[in-house]
Amino acid sequence: MNGNSIEIRWHGRGGQGAKTAALLLADVCFKTGAYVQGFPEYGPERMGAPITAFNRISDKEIRVHSNIYNPDLVVVVDESLLGAVDVTSGLKENGAVIVNTDKDAASIAGKLNGYTGKVYTVDARKISVAALGKYFPNSPMLAAAVAVSGVMDKDQFINEMRSSYEHKFAKKPEVIEGNMKALTDTFAALEAYL
Amino acid sequence: MAKRDRMSGNEAVAYAIKQINPDVMPAFPITPSTEIPQMVSTFIANGEIDTEFIPVESEHSSMSAAIGSEAAGARTLTATSSCGLAFMWEELLVAASNRMPIALALVNRTLSGPININCDHSDSMGARDTGWIQIYAESNQEAYDNFIQAYPIAEDPRVHLPIMICQDGFITSHAVMNIELLEDKEVKDFVGTYQPEEFLLNPGKPMAVGPYSVSNYAMEARYNQEAAMEASKDVIIEVAKKYKELSGRGFELFEEYRTEDADYIMLIIGSAAGTAKQAVDDLRDKGIKAGVLKLRVFRPFPADEIAAALSNCKAVAIMDRTESYNGHGGPLASEVTAGLYRNKVMIDTMCYTYGLAGRDFTVDTVYGIFDELKDIVENGAEYKQHRYVGLRSK
Repeated sequence: MNGNSIEIRWHGRGGQGAKTAALLLADVCFKTGAYVQGFPEYGPERMGAPITAFNRISDKEIRVHSNIYNPDLVVVVDESLLGAVDVTSGLKENGAVIVNTDKDAASIAGKLNGYTGKVYTVDARKISVAALGKYFPNSPMLAAAVAVSGVMDKDQFINEMRSSYEHKFAKKPEVIEGNMKALTDTFAALEAYL
Repeated sequence: MAKRDRMSGNEAVAYAIKQINPDVMPAFPITPSTEIPQMVSTFIANGEIDTEFIPVESEHSSMSAAIGSEAAGARTLTATSSCGLAFMWEELLVAASNRMPIALALVNRTLSGPININCDHSDSMGARDTGWIQIYAESNQEAYDNFIQAYPIAEDPRVHLPIMICQDGFITSHAVMNIELLEDKEVKDFVGTYQPEEFLLNPGKPMAVGPYSVSNYAMEARYNQEAAMEASKDVIIEVAKKYKELSGRGFELFEEYRTEDADYIMLIIGSAAGTAKQAVDDLRDKGIKAGVLKLRVFRPFPADEIAAALSNCKAVAIMDRTESYNGHGGPLASEVTAGLYRNKVMIDTMCYTYGLAGRDFTVDTVYGIFDELKDIVENGAEYKQHRYVGLRSK
Protein backbone atom coordinates (compact mmCIF):
# COMPACT_ATOMS: atom_id res chain seq x y z
CA MET A 1 0.00 0.00 0.00
CA ASN A 2 1.10 3.56 -0.63
CA GLY A 3 0.83 6.67 1.50
CA ASN A 4 -0.85 6.54 4.88
CA SER A 5 -2.73 3.30 4.82
CA ILE A 6 -3.88 0.69 7.22
CA GLU A 7 -4.92 -2.89 6.58
CA ILE A 8 -7.22 -4.66 9.03
CA ARG A 9 -8.27 -8.30 9.15
CA TRP A 10 -11.32 -9.43 11.07
CA HIS A 11 -11.81 -12.97 12.38
CA GLY A 12 -15.22 -13.97 13.61
CA ARG A 13 -17.84 -16.66 13.40
CA GLY A 14 -20.79 -16.55 11.01
CA GLY A 15 -23.63 -14.57 12.58
CA GLN A 16 -21.51 -12.42 14.93
CA GLY A 17 -21.39 -9.40 12.67
CA ALA A 18 -17.69 -9.31 11.76
CA LYS A 19 -18.61 -8.61 8.13
CA THR A 20 -21.04 -5.89 9.20
CA ALA A 21 -18.36 -4.36 11.42
CA ALA A 22 -15.93 -4.26 8.49
CA LEU A 23 -18.53 -2.61 6.26
CA LEU A 24 -19.44 -0.12 9.01
CA LEU A 25 -15.77 0.74 9.48
CA ALA A 26 -15.44 1.39 5.73
CA ASP A 27 -18.57 3.49 5.90
CA VAL A 28 -17.48 5.62 8.82
CA CYS A 29 -13.93 6.12 7.46
CA PHE A 30 -15.38 7.17 4.09
CA LYS A 31 -17.00 10.08 5.88
CA THR A 32 -13.58 11.37 6.94
CA GLY A 33 -12.66 11.63 3.25
CA ALA A 34 -10.52 8.48 3.18
CA TYR A 35 -10.35 5.89 0.44
CA VAL A 36 -11.91 2.75 1.84
CA GLN A 37 -12.41 -0.90 1.09
CA GLY A 38 -14.49 -3.27 3.21
CA PHE A 39 -15.18 -6.82 2.11
CA PRO A 40 -15.84 -10.29 3.46
CA GLU A 41 -14.33 -13.56 2.34
CA TYR A 42 -17.18 -15.86 1.48
CA GLY A 43 -17.09 -19.56 2.02
CA PRO A 44 -20.00 -21.89 2.62
CA GLU A 45 -21.81 -19.54 4.99
CA ARG A 46 -23.02 -21.16 8.17
CA MET A 47 -23.81 -19.80 11.59
CA GLY A 48 -20.74 -20.34 13.73
CA ALA A 49 -18.26 -21.16 10.96
CA PRO A 50 -15.03 -19.13 11.02
CA ILE A 51 -15.28 -16.12 8.68
CA THR A 52 -12.85 -13.41 7.67
CA ALA A 53 -13.48 -9.82 6.64
CA PHE A 54 -11.06 -7.11 5.58
CA ASN A 55 -10.55 -3.35 5.53
CA ARG A 56 -8.12 -1.18 3.67
CA ILE A 57 -8.20 2.49 4.66
CA SER A 58 -5.91 4.88 2.82
CA ASP A 59 -5.34 8.48 1.79
CA LYS A 60 -4.65 7.18 -1.74
CA GLU A 61 -6.88 5.35 -4.18
CA ILE A 62 -7.04 1.63 -3.37
CA ARG A 63 -6.50 -0.72 -6.32
CA VAL A 64 -5.51 -4.02 -4.73
CA HIS A 65 -8.40 -6.49 -4.64
CA SER A 66 -6.78 -9.40 -2.83
CA ASN A 67 -7.26 -10.56 0.73
CA ILE A 68 -4.93 -9.13 3.38
CA TYR A 69 -1.95 -11.27 4.41
CA ASN A 70 0.18 -8.75 6.32
CA PRO A 71 -2.31 -6.71 8.29
CA ASP A 72 -1.49 -3.82 10.59
CA LEU A 73 -4.33 -4.81 12.87
CA VAL A 74 -6.21 -8.04 13.55
CA VAL A 75 -9.57 -8.05 15.34
CA VAL A 76 -10.70 -11.37 16.82
CA VAL A 77 -14.43 -11.22 17.47
CA ASP A 78 -14.60 -14.70 18.98
CA GLU A 79 -12.04 -15.96 21.48
CA SER A 80 -12.77 -19.61 20.64
CA LEU A 81 -11.06 -19.04 17.26
CA LEU A 82 -7.67 -18.85 19.02
CA GLY A 83 -6.08 -22.20 18.39
CA ALA A 84 -8.53 -23.06 15.58
CA VAL A 85 -7.37 -20.26 13.27
CA ASP A 86 -3.88 -18.71 13.09
CA VAL A 87 -5.27 -15.23 13.66
CA THR A 88 -1.89 -13.50 13.87
CA SER A 89 -0.60 -15.02 10.61
CA GLY A 90 1.39 -12.33 8.80
CA LEU A 91 0.44 -9.68 11.38
CA LYS A 92 3.11 -6.97 11.48
CA GLU A 93 5.19 -7.02 14.64
CA ASN A 94 4.66 -3.27 14.99
CA GLY A 95 0.92 -3.83 14.54
CA ALA A 96 -1.60 -5.06 17.07
CA VAL A 97 -4.23 -7.68 17.76
CA ILE A 98 -7.48 -7.09 19.66
CA VAL A 99 -9.23 -10.10 21.16
CA ASN A 100 -12.76 -10.25 22.52
CA THR A 101 -12.33 -11.99 25.87
CA ASP A 102 -12.86 -11.51 29.61
CA LYS A 103 -9.17 -12.28 30.19
CA ASP A 104 -6.35 -9.75 30.27
CA ALA A 105 -3.83 -9.24 27.47
CA ALA A 106 -1.04 -11.07 29.30
CA SER A 107 -3.03 -14.30 29.53
CA ILE A 108 -4.07 -14.13 25.86
CA ALA A 109 -0.58 -13.32 24.55
CA GLY A 110 0.54 -16.94 25.02
CA LYS A 111 -2.20 -18.21 22.70
CA LEU A 112 -1.13 -16.15 19.69
CA ASN A 113 1.45 -18.45 18.09
CA GLY A 114 4.39 -16.46 19.37
CA TYR A 115 3.17 -13.05 18.26
CA THR A 116 5.26 -10.48 20.09
CA GLY A 117 3.48 -7.27 19.05
CA LYS A 118 0.84 -5.41 21.00
CA VAL A 119 -2.14 -7.34 22.36
CA TYR A 120 -5.35 -5.69 23.53
CA THR A 121 -8.39 -7.37 25.04
CA VAL A 122 -11.97 -6.17 25.16
CA ASP A 123 -14.76 -7.87 27.08
CA ALA A 124 -17.34 -7.30 24.36
CA ARG A 125 -19.82 -9.66 25.98
CA LYS A 126 -19.84 -7.73 29.24
CA ILE A 127 -20.03 -4.37 27.44
CA SER A 128 -22.77 -5.52 25.05
CA VAL A 129 -24.92 -7.19 27.70
CA ALA A 130 -24.65 -4.12 29.94
CA ALA A 131 -25.49 -1.71 27.11
CA LEU A 132 -27.95 -3.70 25.00
CA GLY A 133 -29.13 -6.51 27.25
CA LYS A 134 -27.93 -8.96 24.59
CA TYR A 135 -24.66 -10.21 23.18
CA PHE A 136 -23.78 -8.43 19.93
CA PRO A 137 -19.98 -8.22 19.85
CA ASN A 138 -19.61 -6.18 16.68
CA SER A 139 -20.26 -2.68 18.06
CA PRO A 140 -17.68 -3.01 20.85
CA MET A 141 -15.16 -4.59 18.48
CA LEU A 142 -15.70 -1.84 15.90
CA ALA A 143 -15.06 0.79 18.57
CA ALA A 144 -11.98 -1.14 19.70
CA ALA A 145 -10.65 -1.27 16.12
CA VAL A 146 -11.03 2.51 15.80
CA ALA A 147 -9.55 3.18 19.26
CA VAL A 148 -6.48 0.99 18.70
CA SER A 149 -5.85 1.89 15.04
CA GLY A 150 -6.52 5.61 15.43
CA VAL A 151 -7.97 5.69 11.90
CA MET A 152 -10.16 8.53 13.07
CA ASP A 153 -10.80 10.81 15.99
CA LYS A 154 -13.03 9.41 18.75
CA ASP A 155 -15.57 12.26 18.73
CA GLN A 156 -15.90 12.18 14.97
CA PHE A 157 -16.34 8.40 15.09
CA ILE A 158 -19.05 8.66 17.76
CA ASN A 159 -20.92 11.35 15.82
CA GLU A 160 -20.74 9.50 12.52
CA MET A 161 -21.80 6.22 14.13
CA ARG A 162 -24.86 7.87 15.59
CA SER A 163 -26.03 8.89 12.14
CA SER A 164 -25.11 5.45 10.74
CA TYR A 165 -27.17 3.72 13.45
CA GLU A 166 -30.06 6.14 12.96
CA HIS A 167 -30.08 5.10 9.32
CA LYS A 168 -29.45 1.39 9.90
CA PHE A 169 -31.93 1.06 12.76
CA ALA A 170 -34.61 3.43 11.41
CA LYS A 171 -37.21 0.76 12.17
CA LYS A 172 -35.67 -0.26 15.52
CA PRO A 173 -34.76 3.11 17.12
CA GLU A 174 -34.84 1.52 20.59
CA VAL A 175 -31.45 -0.15 19.98
CA ILE A 176 -29.61 3.04 18.96
CA GLU A 177 -28.77 4.31 22.47
CA GLY A 178 -27.61 0.86 23.58
CA ASN A 179 -25.26 0.58 20.62
CA MET A 180 -23.93 4.09 21.25
CA LYS A 181 -23.30 3.16 24.88
CA ALA A 182 -21.46 0.01 23.73
CA LEU A 183 -19.15 2.20 21.63
CA THR A 184 -18.37 4.74 24.34
CA ASP A 185 -17.98 2.06 27.03
CA THR A 186 -15.45 0.27 24.83
CA PHE A 187 -13.40 3.44 24.40
CA ALA A 188 -13.54 3.94 28.17
CA ALA A 189 -12.44 0.35 28.85
CA LEU A 190 -9.46 0.63 26.48
CA GLU A 191 -8.38 4.13 27.48
CA ALA A 192 -5.95 3.00 30.18
CA TYR A 193 -4.09 0.73 27.72
CA LEU A 194 -3.70 3.02 24.69
CA MET B 1 -22.27 17.57 -10.41
CA ALA B 2 -20.63 14.32 -9.40
CA LYS B 3 -21.60 12.91 -6.06
CA ARG B 4 -19.03 11.11 -3.91
CA ASP B 5 -20.32 7.99 -2.22
CA ARG B 6 -19.31 4.49 -1.14
CA MET B 7 -21.03 1.41 -2.44
CA SER B 8 -20.52 -2.23 -3.27
CA GLY B 9 -20.38 -3.20 -6.95
CA ASN B 10 -23.89 -4.65 -6.79
CA GLU B 11 -25.21 -1.45 -5.21
CA ALA B 12 -23.44 0.58 -7.91
CA VAL B 13 -25.08 -1.38 -10.74
CA ALA B 14 -28.49 -1.29 -9.03
CA TYR B 15 -28.06 2.48 -8.67
CA ALA B 16 -27.19 2.81 -12.38
CA ILE B 17 -30.33 0.81 -13.22
CA LYS B 18 -32.37 3.13 -11.02
CA GLN B 19 -30.97 6.16 -12.83
CA ILE B 20 -31.65 4.57 -16.23
CA ASN B 21 -35.18 3.49 -15.20
CA PRO B 22 -35.54 0.77 -17.86
CA ASP B 23 -38.98 -0.37 -19.02
CA VAL B 24 -38.79 -4.03 -18.03
CA MET B 25 -36.62 -6.22 -15.77
CA PRO B 26 -37.34 -9.96 -15.69
CA ALA B 27 -34.99 -11.69 -13.21
CA PHE B 28 -34.33 -14.82 -11.22
CA PRO B 29 -31.96 -14.65 -8.22
CA ILE B 30 -28.56 -16.34 -8.04
CA THR B 31 -25.51 -15.60 -5.87
CA PRO B 32 -23.61 -13.26 -6.15
CA SER B 33 -25.90 -11.15 -8.39
CA THR B 34 -29.06 -11.60 -6.27
CA GLU B 35 -28.74 -8.18 -4.66
CA ILE B 36 -29.20 -6.42 -8.00
CA PRO B 37 -32.81 -7.53 -8.71
CA GLN B 38 -33.45 -7.34 -4.97
CA MET B 39 -32.42 -3.67 -4.82
CA VAL B 40 -34.15 -2.77 -8.08
CA SER B 41 -37.41 -4.35 -6.93
CA THR B 42 -37.12 -2.26 -3.75
CA PHE B 43 -36.74 0.92 -5.85
CA ILE B 44 -39.86 -0.13 -7.76
CA ALA B 45 -41.81 -0.94 -4.57
CA ASN B 46 -40.85 2.47 -3.17
CA GLY B 47 -42.14 4.17 -6.32
CA GLU B 48 -38.68 5.55 -7.18
CA ILE B 49 -38.79 4.04 -10.68
CA ASP B 50 -41.59 2.62 -12.82
CA THR B 51 -39.79 -0.39 -14.31
CA GLU B 52 -42.02 -3.44 -14.80
CA PHE B 53 -40.41 -6.21 -12.74
CA ILE B 54 -41.19 -9.76 -13.85
CA PRO B 55 -40.34 -12.44 -11.27
CA VAL B 56 -39.77 -15.60 -13.33
CA GLU B 57 -39.17 -19.23 -12.41
CA SER B 58 -35.74 -19.64 -14.01
CA GLU B 59 -32.99 -17.88 -15.95
CA HIS B 60 -34.14 -19.53 -19.17
CA SER B 61 -37.39 -17.70 -18.56
CA SER B 62 -35.78 -14.41 -17.54
CA MET B 63 -33.89 -14.23 -20.83
CA SER B 64 -36.97 -15.42 -22.76
CA ALA B 65 -39.06 -12.70 -21.13
CA ALA B 66 -36.32 -10.17 -21.88
CA ILE B 67 -36.38 -11.16 -25.55
CA GLY B 68 -40.19 -10.86 -25.69
CA SER B 69 -40.20 -7.50 -23.99
CA GLU B 70 -37.34 -6.11 -26.08
CA ALA B 71 -39.08 -7.34 -29.26
CA ALA B 72 -42.17 -5.47 -28.15
CA GLY B 73 -40.10 -2.29 -28.11
CA ALA B 74 -39.35 -1.99 -24.39
CA ARG B 75 -35.88 -1.22 -22.98
CA THR B 76 -35.08 -4.37 -21.03
CA LEU B 77 -32.38 -5.76 -18.74
CA THR B 78 -31.71 -8.59 -16.36
CA ALA B 79 -28.96 -9.79 -14.03
CA THR B 80 -27.41 -13.17 -13.36
CA SER B 81 -24.29 -15.19 -12.52
CA SER B 82 -22.69 -18.57 -13.17
CA CYS B 83 -25.20 -21.40 -13.70
CA GLY B 84 -27.89 -18.79 -14.26
CA LEU B 85 -26.05 -17.66 -17.37
CA ALA B 86 -25.53 -21.27 -18.42
CA PHE B 87 -29.25 -21.89 -18.10
CA MET B 88 -29.89 -18.87 -20.37
CA TRP B 89 -27.59 -20.29 -23.03
CA GLU B 90 -30.10 -21.06 -25.77
CA GLU B 91 -31.80 -17.72 -25.25
CA LEU B 92 -28.53 -15.75 -25.28
CA LEU B 93 -28.12 -16.83 -28.90
CA VAL B 94 -31.75 -16.00 -29.68
CA ALA B 95 -31.34 -12.51 -28.18
CA ALA B 96 -28.22 -11.83 -30.23
CA SER B 97 -29.45 -13.27 -33.53
CA ASN B 98 -32.69 -11.31 -33.25
CA ARG B 99 -30.56 -8.21 -32.66
CA MET B 100 -32.09 -7.36 -29.29
CA PRO B 101 -30.17 -4.62 -27.44
CA ILE B 102 -30.82 -6.18 -24.02
CA ALA B 103 -28.44 -5.29 -21.18
CA LEU B 104 -27.29 -8.00 -18.79
CA ALA B 105 -25.61 -7.25 -15.47
CA LEU B 106 -23.34 -10.26 -15.12
CA VAL B 107 -21.66 -10.80 -11.77
CA ASN B 108 -18.94 -13.29 -12.66
CA ARG B 109 -18.99 -16.53 -10.71
CA THR B 110 -17.47 -19.88 -11.52
CA LEU B 111 -19.50 -22.60 -13.18
CA SER B 112 -19.87 -25.94 -11.40
CA GLY B 113 -18.09 -27.98 -10.34
CA PRO B 114 -16.91 -28.50 -7.75
CA ILE B 115 -19.85 -26.33 -6.79
CA ASN B 116 -18.51 -23.00 -5.57
CA ILE B 117 -19.95 -19.49 -5.34
CA ASN B 118 -16.80 -17.45 -5.91
CA CYS B 119 -15.37 -15.53 -8.82
CA ASP B 120 -13.85 -16.65 -12.02
CA HIS B 121 -14.75 -15.88 -15.62
CA SER B 122 -15.92 -19.33 -16.72
CA ASP B 123 -19.53 -18.14 -17.02
CA SER B 124 -19.04 -15.17 -19.35
CA MET B 125 -16.05 -16.67 -21.17
CA GLY B 126 -18.14 -19.75 -21.88
CA ALA B 127 -20.69 -17.44 -23.50
CA ARG B 128 -18.07 -15.62 -25.56
CA ASP B 129 -19.36 -16.92 -28.87
CA THR B 130 -23.06 -16.23 -28.29
CA GLY B 131 -22.94 -12.88 -30.09
CA TRP B 132 -23.09 -10.62 -27.05
CA ILE B 133 -20.87 -7.61 -26.52
CA GLN B 134 -18.84 -8.15 -23.35
CA ILE B 135 -17.38 -5.36 -21.23
CA TYR B 136 -15.49 -6.06 -17.98
CA ALA B 137 -14.90 -3.87 -14.92
CA GLU B 138 -11.94 -3.53 -12.58
CA SER B 139 -13.93 -1.86 -9.79
CA ASN B 140 -17.38 -0.87 -8.54
CA GLN B 141 -16.78 2.49 -10.26
CA GLU B 142 -16.18 0.85 -13.63
CA ALA B 143 -19.16 -1.48 -13.23
CA TYR B 144 -21.29 1.65 -12.75
CA ASP B 145 -19.66 3.59 -15.59
CA ASN B 146 -19.88 0.63 -17.99
CA PHE B 147 -23.52 0.04 -17.21
CA ILE B 148 -24.45 3.62 -18.05
CA GLN B 149 -22.69 3.22 -21.40
CA ALA B 150 -24.46 -0.08 -22.14
CA TYR B 151 -27.62 1.13 -23.88
CA PRO B 152 -26.01 3.89 -25.97
CA ILE B 153 -23.73 1.15 -27.37
CA ALA B 154 -26.26 -1.68 -27.72
CA GLU B 155 -29.13 0.42 -29.13
CA ASP B 156 -27.02 2.26 -31.70
CA PRO B 157 -28.50 1.45 -35.15
CA ARG B 158 -25.05 0.33 -36.30
CA VAL B 159 -24.94 -2.24 -33.50
CA HIS B 160 -28.29 -3.55 -32.28
CA LEU B 161 -26.74 -6.29 -30.21
CA PRO B 162 -27.19 -7.41 -26.61
CA ILE B 163 -24.54 -6.36 -24.11
CA MET B 164 -23.10 -8.04 -21.04
CA ILE B 165 -21.62 -5.74 -18.38
CA CYS B 166 -19.41 -7.97 -16.24
CA GLN B 167 -17.90 -7.49 -12.79
CA ASP B 168 -16.10 -9.90 -10.49
CA GLY B 169 -18.37 -11.73 -8.07
CA PHE B 170 -17.75 -10.83 -4.40
CA ILE B 171 -14.39 -9.22 -5.21
CA THR B 172 -16.13 -6.09 -6.51
CA SER B 173 -19.82 -7.02 -6.18
CA HIS B 174 -19.64 -7.29 -2.39
CA ALA B 175 -16.75 -4.94 -1.59
CA VAL B 176 -17.68 -1.47 -0.40
CA MET B 177 -15.43 1.14 -1.97
CA ASN B 178 -15.47 4.81 -2.90
CA ILE B 179 -17.41 5.78 -6.00
CA GLU B 180 -18.38 8.91 -7.93
CA LEU B 181 -21.97 8.97 -9.14
CA LEU B 182 -23.59 11.11 -11.80
CA GLU B 183 -26.80 13.03 -11.26
CA ASP B 184 -30.01 11.26 -12.30
CA LYS B 185 -30.70 13.81 -15.03
CA GLU B 186 -27.19 13.49 -16.45
CA VAL B 187 -27.68 9.73 -16.76
CA LYS B 188 -31.16 10.07 -18.27
CA ASP B 189 -29.92 12.56 -20.85
CA PHE B 190 -26.90 10.42 -21.67
CA VAL B 191 -28.87 7.22 -22.09
CA GLY B 192 -31.79 8.93 -23.84
CA THR B 193 -35.17 7.46 -24.72
CA TYR B 194 -35.29 4.12 -26.49
CA GLN B 195 -36.71 4.56 -29.95
CA PRO B 196 -36.54 1.21 -31.77
CA GLU B 197 -36.91 1.46 -35.54
CA GLU B 198 -39.05 -1.67 -35.63
CA PHE B 199 -40.93 -3.40 -32.86
CA LEU B 200 -43.76 -5.89 -32.40
CA LEU B 201 -46.25 -3.52 -30.77
CA ASN B 202 -46.22 -1.19 -33.76
CA PRO B 203 -49.61 -1.61 -35.46
CA GLY B 204 -48.54 0.55 -38.42
CA LYS B 205 -45.68 -1.78 -39.31
CA PRO B 206 -46.33 -5.46 -38.65
CA MET B 207 -43.26 -7.68 -38.33
CA ALA B 208 -42.19 -11.17 -37.32
CA VAL B 209 -39.47 -11.87 -34.76
CA GLY B 210 -37.54 -15.11 -34.70
CA PRO B 211 -39.21 -17.02 -37.55
CA TYR B 212 -37.60 -20.05 -39.22
CA SER B 213 -34.95 -18.99 -41.70
CA VAL B 214 -34.17 -21.21 -44.66
CA SER B 215 -30.57 -21.88 -45.67
CA ASN B 216 -30.90 -19.37 -48.48
CA TYR B 217 -31.06 -16.55 -45.91
CA ALA B 218 -29.81 -17.77 -42.52
CA MET B 219 -26.12 -17.38 -43.32
CA GLU B 220 -26.60 -13.73 -44.27
CA ALA B 221 -28.25 -13.14 -40.90
CA ARG B 222 -25.13 -14.54 -39.19
CA TYR B 223 -22.87 -12.45 -41.39
CA ASN B 224 -24.80 -9.34 -40.46
CA GLN B 225 -24.40 -10.19 -36.77
CA GLU B 226 -20.65 -10.47 -37.24
CA ALA B 227 -20.58 -7.17 -39.18
CA ALA B 228 -22.53 -5.48 -36.37
CA MET B 229 -20.08 -6.83 -33.79
CA GLU B 230 -17.20 -5.41 -35.79
CA ALA B 231 -19.00 -2.06 -36.14
CA SER B 232 -19.62 -1.95 -32.40
CA LYS B 233 -15.92 -1.29 -31.80
CA ASP B 234 -16.19 2.28 -33.13
CA VAL B 235 -19.45 2.82 -31.29
CA ILE B 236 -17.93 1.65 -27.98
CA ILE B 237 -15.12 4.19 -28.46
CA GLU B 238 -17.53 7.00 -29.46
CA VAL B 239 -19.76 6.36 -26.46
CA ALA B 240 -16.70 6.28 -24.16
CA LYS B 241 -15.59 9.69 -25.48
CA LYS B 242 -19.00 11.20 -24.79
CA TYR B 243 -19.00 9.57 -21.37
CA LYS B 244 -15.66 11.16 -20.60
CA GLU B 245 -17.07 14.60 -21.43
CA LEU B 246 -19.84 13.92 -18.93
CA SER B 247 -17.95 12.16 -16.15
CA GLY B 248 -14.29 12.98 -16.66
CA ARG B 249 -13.55 9.25 -16.65
CA GLY B 250 -12.11 7.96 -19.90
CA PHE B 251 -12.43 4.46 -21.32
CA GLU B 252 -11.09 2.65 -24.37
CA LEU B 253 -11.20 -0.93 -25.60
CA PHE B 254 -8.40 -1.56 -23.14
CA GLU B 255 -6.36 0.45 -20.68
CA GLU B 256 -2.59 0.65 -20.99
CA TYR B 257 -0.94 1.18 -17.63
CA ARG B 258 2.77 2.09 -17.71
CA THR B 259 3.19 0.12 -20.95
CA GLU B 260 4.78 2.88 -23.02
CA ASP B 261 8.39 1.79 -22.39
CA ALA B 262 7.57 -1.58 -20.81
CA ASP B 263 9.73 -4.64 -21.47
CA TYR B 264 7.18 -6.90 -19.77
CA ILE B 265 3.40 -6.60 -19.89
CA MET B 266 0.67 -8.46 -18.06
CA LEU B 267 -2.56 -8.69 -20.06
CA ILE B 268 -5.45 -9.19 -17.68
CA ILE B 269 -9.19 -8.67 -17.24
CA GLY B 270 -11.26 -7.44 -14.31
CA SER B 271 -10.50 -6.71 -10.65
CA ALA B 272 -7.13 -8.48 -10.78
CA ALA B 273 -5.89 -5.65 -13.03
CA GLY B 274 -5.95 -3.33 -10.00
CA THR B 275 -3.75 -5.72 -8.03
CA ALA B 276 -1.43 -6.02 -11.05
CA LYS B 277 -1.13 -2.20 -11.31
CA GLN B 278 -0.02 -1.99 -7.68
CA ALA B 279 2.59 -4.71 -8.29
CA VAL B 280 3.79 -2.89 -11.43
CA ASP B 281 4.31 0.31 -9.43
CA ASP B 282 6.38 -1.65 -6.90
CA LEU B 283 8.46 -3.30 -9.67
CA ARG B 284 9.01 0.04 -11.41
CA ASP B 285 10.47 1.34 -8.12
CA LYS B 286 13.02 -1.48 -8.43
CA GLY B 287 13.83 -0.51 -11.99
CA ILE B 288 11.89 -3.29 -13.72
CA LYS B 289 10.04 -1.97 -16.75
CA ALA B 290 6.68 -3.66 -16.19
CA GLY B 291 3.22 -2.65 -17.39
CA VAL B 292 -0.39 -3.80 -17.46
CA LEU B 293 -2.75 -4.05 -20.39
CA LYS B 294 -6.23 -4.27 -18.88
CA LEU B 295 -8.69 -5.60 -21.41
CA ARG B 296 -12.06 -3.91 -20.99
CA VAL B 297 -13.84 -5.10 -24.12
CA PHE B 298 -13.53 -8.82 -24.87
CA ARG B 299 -16.33 -8.89 -27.47
CA PRO B 300 -15.71 -7.46 -30.00
CA PHE B 301 -12.14 -8.68 -29.58
CA PRO B 302 -9.57 -5.95 -30.35
CA ALA B 303 -6.92 -8.35 -31.70
CA ASP B 304 -5.10 -5.87 -33.95
CA GLU B 305 -5.14 -3.09 -31.36
CA ILE B 306 -3.72 -5.46 -28.72
CA ALA B 307 -1.01 -6.66 -31.09
CA ALA B 308 -0.02 -3.06 -31.80
CA ALA B 309 0.03 -2.23 -28.08
CA LEU B 310 2.29 -5.22 -27.34
CA SER B 311 4.55 -4.79 -30.35
CA ASN B 312 7.34 -2.99 -28.47
CA CYS B 313 7.56 -5.16 -25.38
CA LYS B 314 9.74 -8.24 -24.99
CA ALA B 315 7.32 -10.63 -23.31
CA VAL B 316 3.68 -10.75 -22.30
CA ALA B 317 1.88 -12.73 -19.61
CA ILE B 318 -1.66 -13.50 -20.75
CA MET B 319 -3.90 -14.12 -17.78
CA ASP B 320 -6.99 -16.31 -17.98
CA ARG B 321 -9.42 -16.59 -15.09
CA THR B 322 -11.00 -19.63 -16.70
CA GLU B 323 -9.91 -22.90 -18.27
CA SER B 324 -10.53 -24.15 -21.79
CA TYR B 325 -9.39 -27.72 -21.06
CA ASN B 326 -7.56 -27.77 -24.35
CA GLY B 327 -4.02 -28.23 -23.04
CA HIS B 328 -2.65 -24.86 -24.14
CA GLY B 329 -4.37 -22.03 -22.34
CA GLY B 330 -7.66 -20.23 -21.85
CA PRO B 331 -9.68 -18.17 -24.34
CA LEU B 332 -7.69 -14.99 -23.79
CA ALA B 333 -4.42 -16.86 -24.37
CA SER B 334 -5.72 -18.39 -27.62
CA GLU B 335 -7.14 -15.16 -29.01
CA VAL B 336 -4.25 -12.90 -28.03
CA THR B 337 -1.60 -15.25 -29.42
CA ALA B 338 -3.58 -15.62 -32.66
CA GLY B 339 -3.78 -11.83 -32.91
CA LEU B 340 -0.03 -11.47 -32.30
CA TYR B 341 0.81 -14.07 -34.93
CA ARG B 342 -1.45 -12.55 -37.58
CA ASN B 343 0.09 -9.16 -36.93
CA LYS B 344 3.58 -10.71 -37.02
CA VAL B 345 4.38 -9.54 -33.48
CA MET B 346 6.73 -12.34 -32.44
CA ILE B 347 7.29 -11.63 -28.76
CA ASP B 348 7.52 -14.23 -26.00
CA THR B 349 4.14 -15.18 -24.59
CA MET B 350 3.27 -17.00 -21.41
CA CYS B 351 -0.29 -18.13 -20.70
CA TYR B 352 -1.26 -18.28 -17.04
CA THR B 353 -4.42 -19.65 -15.47
CA TYR B 354 -5.19 -17.92 -12.17
CA GLY B 355 -7.95 -17.22 -9.69
CA LEU B 356 -10.27 -20.13 -10.47
CA ALA B 357 -13.28 -20.49 -8.18
CA GLY B 358 -12.24 -17.55 -6.04
CA ARG B 359 -8.54 -18.45 -5.57
CA ASP B 360 -6.99 -15.20 -4.37
CA PHE B 361 -4.74 -13.27 -6.74
CA THR B 362 -2.07 -11.25 -4.94
CA VAL B 363 0.67 -8.74 -5.70
CA ASP B 364 3.18 -11.48 -4.78
CA THR B 365 1.75 -13.68 -7.55
CA VAL B 366 2.24 -10.81 -9.99
CA TYR B 367 5.88 -10.32 -8.90
CA GLY B 368 6.49 -14.03 -9.56
CA ILE B 369 5.03 -13.83 -13.05
CA PHE B 370 7.14 -10.81 -14.01
CA ASP B 371 10.20 -12.66 -12.64
CA GLU B 372 9.47 -15.52 -15.04
CA LEU B 373 9.07 -13.17 -18.02
CA LYS B 374 12.38 -11.53 -17.15
CA ASP B 375 14.05 -14.93 -16.77
CA ILE B 376 12.82 -15.96 -20.22
CA VAL B 377 14.01 -12.78 -21.92
CA GLU B 378 17.29 -12.26 -20.08
CA ASN B 379 18.41 -15.85 -19.47
CA GLY B 380 16.61 -17.72 -22.20
CA ALA B 381 14.88 -19.80 -19.52
CA GLU B 382 12.28 -22.22 -20.79
CA TYR B 383 8.97 -22.63 -19.03
CA LYS B 384 5.90 -24.61 -19.99
CA GLN B 385 3.93 -22.02 -21.93
CA HIS B 386 0.65 -22.71 -20.18
CA ARG B 387 1.02 -22.61 -16.42
CA TYR B 388 -1.13 -22.33 -13.33
CA VAL B 389 -0.35 -19.76 -10.64
CA GLY B 390 -1.64 -19.78 -7.08
CA LEU B 391 -2.03 -23.54 -6.75
CA ARG B 392 -1.62 -25.10 -3.28
CA SER B 393 1.91 -26.36 -2.96
CA LYS B 394 2.38 -30.10 -2.85
